[in-house]
Amino acid sequence: MNSLSMTFISPLEDSAAQRLRALLERGLPLTARPWQALAEQCGMSEGEVLAWVERWQREGLIKRMGLVVKHHALGIRANAMVVWDLPDDTVSEVGRRLAEEPAVTLCYRRPRHLPDWPYNLFCMIHGTRRERVLAALDDIVRRQALQEIPHRVLFSLKAYKQCGGRYTREEQT
Amino acid sequence: MSLARTQRSEPAELDSADRRIINRLQDGLPLVESPYAAVAAEISLSEGELLYRLERLLEDGVLSRFGPMYHAERLGGGLTLAALEVPEADFERVTAAVNAFPEVAHNYRREHRLNMWFVLATETPERIDEVIAAIEAATGLTVFNMPKQEEFHVRLHLPV
Repeated sequence: MNSLSMTFISPLEDSAAQRLRALLERGLPLTARPWQALAEQCGMSEGEVLAWVERWQREGLIKRMGLVVKHHALGIRANAMVVWDLPDDTVSEVGRRLAEEPAVTLCYRRPRHLPDWPYNLFCMIHGTRRERVLAALDDIVRRQALQEIPHRVLFSLKAYKQCGGRYTREEQT
Repeated sequence: MSLARTQRSEPAELDSADRRIINRLQDGLPLVESPYAAVAAEISLSEGELLYRLERLLEDGVLSRFGPMYHAERLGGGLTLAALEVPEADFERVTAAVNAFPEVAHNYRREHRLNMWFVLATETPERIDEVIAAIEAATGLTVFNMPKQEEFHVRLHLPV
């Protein structure tokens, strides 16, 4: 996975931009002028650093500057994948509504695998305890009038592998 | 400043300022010369206090990282969620076989007939199918491939 860093930059981009990319992968400096600090390390001006980051965000290579919370450190032990079997013509609309629910932390449409797997909408709900996650789900079902929609809750029993890696991805279902 | 990450056994205690910081920064950082000062003003903290607390949250292992969130597909890579129905007696062997693939990024046991769920991250989109075929060969089981078809954007990824 490490060679991904090279696929990001086209050969036409200059080496200072490549240095900036490599520095950013380690995280943003915790100092009053973080872009200035990066600029000094890669031989650019502060304005040039901001322009590159703005461009990468606009092009969608970087979603945003953000932080990654360690669930376990906050006592968040219950991790539920809630899957729904929605009609194809309403799945997108329901997905958008579920994503607006505060308890929902990720929401995706994925393919069914009939007959084994009829579910086409996946969302994640995290919480300190199972009862709280189930209570949050009950509220959502009532609020969104989804009582008639078949759904299942798949709690995680054990994590066998959790890689950090330099590339922060949000698909952590 | 020590960057060694602490492995916590007890949940961390967060006060209201810590929660405001985490919830606000999950939403991103403005691209301005003094971004921390701008965010601090929004959540009624001084810039110095925000920086001090962020550093402490990283050192305490509450946050694993603060920086760019990449878009995996635009990096040129492939990404998918996949599941297996693993016979109970075989669970240990299959876990070892699946986790041996470097492309397996997360692997959870879940409560369902499809009881093993993992994320595959590959350098190219084409490589996903090759890795799935290799996992099927190594485990003797059918892999259910469930790539994302549409993403619905949530505002906060984990409200605290």
